[in-house]
Amino acid sequence: MHELSIMQNVIEICESNSGGSRVLSVVMEIGNLSGVVAEAAEFCFEACSRGTLVEGARLRIDRIPAAGSCLECGNSFGLQTYFDPCPACGGNAITVTAGEELRVKELEVA
Amino acid sequence: MCTTCGCDTPAHHEHHGDTVIHRHEHHEEVVREGKLVAVEVDVLAKNNSLAQGNRRRFVSESVFVLNLVSSPGSGKTTLLERTLTDLRGAIRCAVIEGDQQTDNDAVRIAATGAPVRQINTGSGCHLDAHMVGHAAEELPLPDIDILFIENVGNLVCPASFDLGEHHKVVVLSVTEGEDKPLKYPQMFRAARVMLLNKMDLAPHVAFDVARCRDMALKVNPAITIFEVSAVNGAGMDRWYDWLRSGITKAREEAAPAPVAG
Repeated sequence: MHELSIMQNVIEICESNSGGSRVLSVVMEIGNLSGVVAEAAEFCFEACSRGTLVEGARLRIDRIPAAGSCLECGNSFGLQTYFDPCPACGGNAITVTAGEELRVKELEVA
Repeated sequence: MCTTCGCDTPAHHEHHGDTVIHRHEHHEEVVREGKLVAVEVDVLAKNNSLAQGNRRRFVSESVFVLNLVSSPGSGKTTLLERTLTDLRGAIRCAVIEGDQQTDNDAVRIAATGAPVRQINTGSGCHLDAHMVGHAAEELPLPDIDILFIENVGNLVCPASFDLGEHHKVVVLSVTEGEDKPLKYPQMFRAARVMLLNKMDLAPHVAFDVARCRDMALKVNPAITIFEVSAVNGAGMDRWYDWLRSGITKAREEAAPAPVAG
């Protein structure tokens, strides 16, 4: 359950960016390879926001699809897992170019 | 039609700066459309910046720092005991022990003579850079060649938290499933070395070493794999050679060789 400490960080980031106003909604970007489960994040968001400026705010999670590029042939392609081989050459040496995001994108404040 | 609640009753809108208040004759609900604030902050930014602080300190003290991760029961502590005992007198080691509860592991490490600090995370499932920074303050870093950080036994959460280490070392034992690299790819992807431990038990268990190696290399083609037994010492020499080369690199990093010319 590292979602708990991750969401504590999210609440801290929201409070320090809200200018002291109540937060109405939060938009997060979570990559599909980030290791963070959206449902657990939502559950922890509610628990962690109690008694803060974020209490009662809506959380929208934008999932970011993973993508990689092959170090051997340079092909770019979508990834489901860390161990998808390159569909063009079958190589396993891949740089992940998207899908590891874990960001607070924007807030709506009162 | 009001786009806020969908009703057809004409709404009275009051505008106060960026805030719009909708008041309807048929209900008293007040809906505010708030102000958008662009944030674009990485959630782990605070941990990452503390980890960078730790890293700068480790580099300036030329300490080679390893973050040992595994599931519970892979033999991390036994492996450390063996390493510390075998290297005693040749390499100065220290340990930060992470567990949810008890100082049992720190007591075992202290028996080898190495300086050790225990961190109890309580309900926490991983060490973070803040905890490690404070524990490191209590260790005599200038007199240490290698600092081993034994993370909480967990193959999931510690993958996301940089502690300021040079490398993560993942320990997998042959009494576990050989497909762990595929089941926990984030961790095996993040590790520089995989220690395949309890090799003395390999003849007695249905663990396909070759398949396990293949799967680890599939997730992380750059991973270095050492097959070891912390109980009978088999394979430990290659691990020690790797540690020695790490110490050399950490010293070069602290005092870069002057550029010729």
